[in-house]
Amino acid sequence: MSFFDFFRGQKKASASIAKDRLQLILINERSGRNGPDFLADLQKELIAVISKYVHINPEDITVNLERQDALEVLEVKIEMPQQAEAR
Amino acid sequence: MSRIVVVTSGKGGVGKTTTSASFSAGLALRGHKTVVIDFDVGLRNLDLIMGCERRVVYDFVNVIQGDATLNQALIRDKQLDNLYILPASQTRDKDALTREGVEKVLEDLAAMDFEYIVCDSPAGIETGAIMAAYFADDALVVTNPEVSSVRDSDRILGILSAKSRRAERGEQPVQEHLLLTRYNPKRVSEGEMLSLRDIEDILRIRLIGVIPESESVLQASNQGIPAIHLKDSDVAQAYADVVARYLGEEKPLRFVDYEKPGLFKRLFGSK
Repeated sequence: MSFFDFFRGQKKASASIAKDRLQLILINERSGRNGPDFLADLQKELIAVISKYVHINPEDITVNLERQDALEVLEVKIEMPQQAEAR
Repeated sequence: MSRIVVVTSGKGGVGKTTTSASFSAGLALRGHKTVVIDFDVGLRNLDLIMGCERRVVYDFVNVIQGDATLNQALIRDKQLDNLYILPASQTRDKDALTREGVEKVLEDLAAMDFEYIVCDSPAGIETGAIMAAYFADDALVVTNPEVSSVRDSDRILGILSAKSRRAERGEQPVQEHLLLTRYNPKRVSEGEMLSLRDIEDILRIRLIGVIPESESVLQASNQGIPAIHLKDSDVAQAYADVVARYLGEEKPLRFVDYEKPGLFKRLFGSK
């Protein structure tokens, strides 16, 4: 740090920003990695099936696999549009 | 029994080949019969770093496809007579590396009494990288103190723990070692670079060494001499420490703390 930096004041160290960002993203990526490979396909097929009957956006379906000790919970969340119209 | 060590990273340009060259030379310097294999089919470079590029006649893919014997393809190092190099092919496509083919070559090398087989992985997570990692007993995960390198290393660690032969067979997992390269203690002290503790915290594997960022690495590659041979350089000493730790010795970390230059150096010193 030079003489003049002293008067400019300390900016937030970028290394700590890097660490925080990495920790956040890796938590996400690690949990996705340990899951089975079929989740993405399952989500795609669910969207296809439900779209046959109801207009939904692909983002309205989320598929998650959670592990609680010895138990695995497959969670499928489907958000229906406000006025679901049957085709 | 030979031990297979993969030098891997995911990200390119972090120092895999530099590390493969110095690590294998370091094992040979310690008296172990060692071979280092370039898995980067299509983009061979280990031969240049080891300084044997003009002696390449046959390569790894020639051996796998039966066009040459291992003895014809192996190149003896110009400095150490217990170190051999198996160069990558430059022309063929990377699908030439079949699992059965690679396995056969590794078995034949073990039968030739090589104690250590060092596999220099290409960047990425394609066939070459997967093949280099699949048979590993140990892994040196080369990482720079930089976000994309750390993330890619984490990805590679996931592959080692799920898709290696040891994982598939349910054996003892691959021994993973973190090797930090291009480390700049000054920038770490200023809070501008991830520290070794930060990266250990994030990746959660054992640190085997820290190689400081240094001009000697370029000097070594310019001349085709593994950096570990540049006797007085900090890089050579850091690599020698890594080899010693790998062989089970206790060595304190060096070149990781920034010393403020004294008054004399500030007034008259150059760098």
